[in-house]
Amino acid sequence: MFADYSWGELLSIFAMQGFAGLILFSVFVLMALGLAIIFGQMGVINMAHGEFMILGAYVTYLVSRLFETYLPSLFGIYFFVAMALAFVVAGALGMLVEWALIRRLYKRPLDTLLATWGLSLILQQIFRSVFGAREVGVTIPQWMMGSLPLTDMIEVPINGLFVMALAMGISLAIYLLMFRSRWGLQVRAVVANRVMADAVGINTGRTDRLTFGIGCGVAGVAGAAFTMIGSTGPTSGQLYIVDTFLVVVFGGAGSLIGTIASAFSISQAQSFLEFFLSGSMAKVLTLLGVVGILMVRPQGLFALKLRK
Amino acid sequence: MSDFPAMAPGRETGFLNRTEMLGAAALALVIFVLLPLALDPFRLNLFGKYLTYAFVAVGLVLCWGAGGILSLGQGVFFGLGGYALAMFLKLEASTPEATAIQSTPGIPDFMDWNQITALPGWWQPFHSLGFTIFAVVAVPVIFAFIIGTAMFRRRVGGVYFSIITQAIAAILTILIIGQQGYTGGVNGITDLRTLKGWDIRTDEAKTALYFFNGALLFACLALAQFVRRSKLGRILIAMRDREDRVRFSGYDVASFKIFVFCLGAAFAAIGGAMFTLQVGFMSPSFVGIVPSIEMVIFCAVGGRNSILGAVWGTLLVNWAKTTFSEGFPELWQFGMGALFIAVVLVFPDGLAGLWKSHVEPLFGRLKPRTSAPQPAE
Repeated sequence: MFADYSWGELLSIFAMQGFAGLILFSVFVLMALGLAIIFGQMGVINMAHGEFMILGAYVTYLVSRLFETYLPSLFGIYFFVAMALAFVVAGALGMLVEWALIRRLYKRPLDTLLATWGLSLILQQIFRSVFGAREVGVTIPQWMMGSLPLTDMIEVPINGLFVMALAMGISLAIYLLMFRSRWGLQVRAVVANRVMADAVGINTGRTDRLTFGIGCGVAGVAGAAFTMIGSTGPTSGQLYIVDTFLVVVFGGAGSLIGTIASAFSISQAQSFLEFFLSGSMAKVLTLLGVVGILMVRPQGLFALKLRK
Repeated sequence: MSDFPAMAPGRETGFLNRTEMLGAAALALVIFVLLPLALDPFRLNLFGKYLTYAFVAVGLVLCWGAGGILSLGQGVFFGLGGYALAMFLKLEASTPEATAIQSTPGIPDFMDWNQITALPGWWQPFHSLGFTIFAVVAVPVIFAFIIGTAMFRRRVGGVYFSIITQAIAAILTILIIGQQGYTGGVNGITDLRTLKGWDIRTDEAKTALYFFNGALLFACLALAQFVRRSKLGRILIAMRDREDRVRFSGYDVASFKIFVFCLGAAFAAIGGAMFTLQVGFMSPSFVGIVPSIEMVIFCAVGGRNSILGAVWGTLLVNWAKTTFSEGFPELWQFGMGALFIAVVLVFPDGLAGLWKSHVEPLFGRLKPRTSAPQPAE
């Protein structure tokens, strides 16, 4: 299959596919980070995670329309406003959901799964009623359009670079939050030993709510980032939920580094296979590989050793 | 998992207790007498379709209610069973005479559309009805056995198992849609006509299939009840509630889980095959994530611990879905979402649980020693 290409062409193909894989990687990282907090740390299955993401995307859409109509001069920076707003809105909804639903179900993980699936159906229908069934897209600010030519055959789109930078920035922020802040310490204490954490005076209920809220907020930011590379529909979230869960499980639940490593390997595998096979077969093979590896090594790539 | 209520009191040793016998009789009355009398052939055919889902729900009661294993991939087995039979029916419908206008007569129409000129080797055995019936059950069970062995031997369970089975459902859907030359793609295998010369598209055939579905469902219910009443069923419940203790008592926990998972897969596969017959086609929209999780809700609404409840739940939810989504498609989405949440928060034991806790005491107060005419457990 390589015979038809010269070395130079092959190299650029690999570079381009590698770069496409990097964009996919950033998307996976953004999606999976929120889930890694909620599922990995709290052990809660949130099937509505995709819908929180889409909520962020719709918030971005609304903000972009507002800026277009009322503040056209500041249009270049609307995305940052949208991102902050997406975090707040998704996070607030997340905390509300935790209070109304999730906290009653911590001891019944399978039931959480069903209840959050119901939540996702409701959110989807709300999106459909409010924004319509058709996909909406945002206008990308001028500075994010176009691409940087690296060589005459390799070009990298700027919005892709931006999403990548965003993914790195948010990963770093979450790392700092988890391992360098008071809140992160509390979360890790609650995960390690809930009873003990309670006994030393950590408000575990509040920690849970905040953790869930931040996880959902990160999902909202991921949704905002999505609008830069694709359009948003009411059911877009569902498309990603399986991928996202596999990324988190494959990385080893509880390990943020594992999540990033698994997002990297899955996205690169898929992107390279896509060049040689059809898109659907690339996806099937990648997912099969992940499921196969998980069957041999159920704890995932990076297992966090915890006493249960 | 002490949150689950006990399934059946331990002292009952008979095959059916009085309540269950009456419940089964009431269900039989509704399925075999009341519905056929009350409904026109079109609606009866719809209920025939719902009955095929009930097979899956009964399998889920065993896996999930009794075994504590929540599979979100039952659509995979439903689909494998359904596709196996659809392949046989498609081949019967694709005689060289019937497909003379194709560039390659004698192969299924969708293969011809996708420039495939010869029947693939793995389709060949499906010329035989005997092999097809064998494959309907065997292929899903072998598949379930592989998944179950890989997962349960490594003590993977709970939500991880659910996520992996869901991923498998997603993979199979993508595969079926992607390989449309061999599978019919997103449309599935359509335009099925006859079963060994018997036209399955007529009203009479659909009604006959409805009754056959009902009978087969009762056979499966009997088998499920047998499993629940056996020592195996008790070990399953023990395992669900305190897996470690069962393991320490010397039982091979994984084998029991694999068995019940395979049994659930077999039920789902039979349901899938009957679905193909009743509805006349099979498509990936009955395989993927959404149908698989909807099948769980049928079971949950009826009562995850009650095989009869699961059948009631399936019929009710589907009837409601058809009725509401005809008139108010938007409302139905909200209703379905609310149902998922309510069944978890408000009535975790489903209709069967509500019946047992609210209706049966009324009967007890009115007439001592008279059991309910409706099913509970």
